[in-house]
Amino acid sequence: MTGYILSAILVSAGITLGLRALPFLFFRGERKMPEWLSRLGAILPSAIMAVLIVYCLRSVKSDFVGSGIPGMLAVLVVAISYRWKHNTFISIVAGTVVYMVLIRML
Amino acid sequence: MCSYLFVGMAYGILMNEAGFPWYDSLLISVSVYTGAFQFVLTTLLSAGASILTIALTAFFMNSRQTFYSLTFVDEFRKMGRRKLYMIHTMTDETYAVNCTLELPEEEKQQVMFRVAVLSKSYWVTGAVAGSVLGQLIPVSLDGIDFCMTALFVIIFMDQWEKADTHFPALAGIAVGIVCLFTFGESRFMLPALIGVSALLVLYNSRKVRKVAEEK
Repeated sequence: MTGYILSAILVSAGITLGLRALPFLFFRGERKMPEWLSRLGAILPSAIMAVLIVYCLRSVKSDFVGSGIPGMLAVLVVAISYRWKHNTFISIVAGTVVYMVLIRML
Repeated sequence: MCSYLFVGMAYGILMNEAGFPWYDSLLISVSVYTGAFQFVLTTLLSAGASILTIALTAFFMNSRQTFYSLTFVDEFRKMGRRKLYMIHTMTDETYAVNCTLELPEEEKQQVMFRVAVLSKSYWVTGAVAGSVLGQLIPVSLDGIDFCMTALFVIIFMDQWEKADTHFPALAGIAVGIVCLFTFGESRFMLPALIGVSALLVLYNSRKVRKVAEEK
């Protein structure tokens, strides 16, 4: 393992643990969480997930037919199947299989 | 929670496809342990991104977990020695499970701890199994990385159903797309994460002020 990968892992692990522990350092004892912070906590995660979805589909821009169309169709499969069955496992498998088949066809 | 095993395997397979050995998957899954970012980290590592880029991406992607912990500050505090482990294992999934628990305090603590231990075991087992399996399977697994997209779509839909306003979700998509076309594929992620976080902080402070004025 190279030093690059090792330091990348250490940095990632440190930052991730730090972020998860942050509230415990800040809100000691009786100090209550301010209203604005808890509201921010309610709205931020879905915005970050949205950016991540765009990130996953980023190749739409350079390769619309070869990976953009399969990606968007497979997302539809995931969304519809999840709406219908609410089963994480089924939706992930269905979407991934559809995607893998489509990129070989188009 | 069974899906953790599967997504973990997908991660392992992806790592193998990207040319990383199984012990890298193991080490990352044990120490970093954060589903979404681990997938992105694989892409960053294969692209040879700078440590600073990796650090900033980790910070903005995982900042949501600060808010997950925030919800459980009081409860984890009562869990004594298990506290640190509970903090380390706070993920999208354990958060979602913990939020649905309605049990007496003592029992809830035990269940939350068990959920945390099981989730991590599934994830780590899956990651290593996937890495090894990826090597054994002779056919091309091109496109297996879509399971990451699928996972994000599912988490997004869960959040969408619970939300009282869809502005943040829509803002995330809009900022993401604008940044994609402004900065290009390989560089849009950080500006998009920073941009949408800033936008929401602004949006939130205006909203809070409005509520205060109405009172």
